[in-house]
Amino acid sequence: MECTIPAELHYTSGDEWVLSGDDTITVGVTDFAQQQLGDIVYVELPTVGDPLAEGAAFGVIESVKAVSDLNAPVAGEVVAINEALIDHPEIINEECYGEGWIIKIKPSNREALDSLLSADSYRKSVSERNE
Amino acid sequence: MTSLKRTPLYDTHRRLGARMVEFGGYELPVQYTSIREEHRAVREAAGLFDVSHMGQIEFEGSAAIATADGLFSRNLAGLEPGRVQYGLLCNENGGVVDDITCYRVAERSAFWCVNAANIEKDHRWILDHAESSVGVRNASDETGLLALQGPASEAILSRLGSPKAAALHRFRFARMEVAGCPAFVSRTGYTGVDGFEIYLSSSDLAQLFEALLGEGAALGLRPAGLGARDTLRLEAALPLYGHELDDDTSPLAAGLERFLDLERGGFIGADAIARDRDAGLKSRLVGFALEERGVARAGCAVALAGKTIGRVTSGGPSPTLGKSIGLAYVPPEMAKPGSKFQVIVRDRALRARVVNTPFV
Repeated sequence: MECTIPAELHYTSGDEWVLSGDDTITVGVTDFAQQQLGDIVYVELPTVGDPLAEGAAFGVIESVKAVSDLNAPVAGEVVAINEALIDHPEIINEECYGEGWIIKIKPSNREALDSLLSADSYRKSVSERNE
Repeated sequence: MTSLKRTPLYDTHRRLGARMVEFGGYELPVQYTSIREEHRAVREAAGLFDVSHMGQIEFEGSAAIATADGLFSRNLAGLEPGRVQYGLLCNENGGVVDDITCYRVAERSAFWCVNAANIEKDHRWILDHAESSVGVRNASDETGLLALQGPASEAILSRLGSPKAAALHRFRFARMEVAGCPAFVSRTGYTGVDGFEIYLSSSDLAQLFEALLGEGAALGLRPAGLGARDTLRLEAALPLYGHELDDDTSPLAAGLERFLDLERGGFIGADAIARDRDAGLKSRLVGFALEERGVARAGCAVALAGKTIGRVTSGGPSPTLGKSIGLAYVPPEMAKPGSKFQVIVRDRALRARVVNTPFV
């Protein structure tokens, strides 16, 4: 299975991508994740202001066939949610790295970002699971 | 970990880019490209499903036919050759051993198509209730099954040189050659859409699968996986064994009265089912639609005023309707269309309303 893994992003082993900004990060699911899920029909989002513990489930993504938790890559506070996904969850299938972003988080400790996977490490993890 | 069985088309599915999942002990394609697209293809043109995992049990000779007749919930003795019936195998308590289709091939010959997960169980059930095993044969491994479903199916078979197929009425079948492969072609299916099921030697499966895809492509045929099979059967409100039906569930509660020949009786379970009918049902299977965003799945509780009153047996998004639908067992007084209850999805109570089935 071919999937796109942009070099400039960071990743979690749970198939989320992280884009670091000045004091917030943007989080979405990877191309591999959206391919595995198939047609996405519903996304359950948190509320802006919600505190998140590292690894905690902050939402749910549902495809026709599957249900998958969304987990916080780092601890922090939800500062934005992608409201377009409420009516059009299929955006994640179409453009998971752009318009299909899911939430923005203000990390409580930016050093936690160092433990995320690089594109290379994530690619390795995907190819191991693809076998 | 037990290893999963594969159908002879496993390599073909992989080559077509299918994503494989476990179902009934088999490794099968859940989708090739997209469940939604495959679903739409079946509704608007045609889809081709490999359902070779399903089992076939043959009955040859009058003793074997009599054994089958004593287990089948309908009147097999009165079923004319060339006709197919959907029916049930029930246990002594009136629960469902399996739901099957029964093919009357000739006066002294019939076969059942049974659910993959129940092949061994059904075979044992038959032998346990037969005077002798003579004439009863589990032909599942050497029999392949393709389901060609959708409005373009008839035209596709005609193009493949099987005009005899086009002449079949619903729930009839006949022996014929399709693309050079000897087969039983049956005008039946599990999608709620017109179509055919084609039984053939598993060694011919790949040849016919390729021939159908090649000939059908121009008419919009595409391979379709279990994902679309499930969304289609759910929209048609067709039961799935293990979800709506099991050993402890009454076929009456499932709304399958018309597939029970209770007047004639005589099949195993008939007495218990008649008693259940006279005593009144404790629950009924209903179709519901969610009235807000979310997806109800099998296993979700059905609640009313904070109390659990039932459970969802199948649920998911309906690609045709664009909303979430499902089947659930609820108390009989809640079974009328328009009745309202909640479905509990991850601790949230979502509003749902009973609707008429089939959904589409």
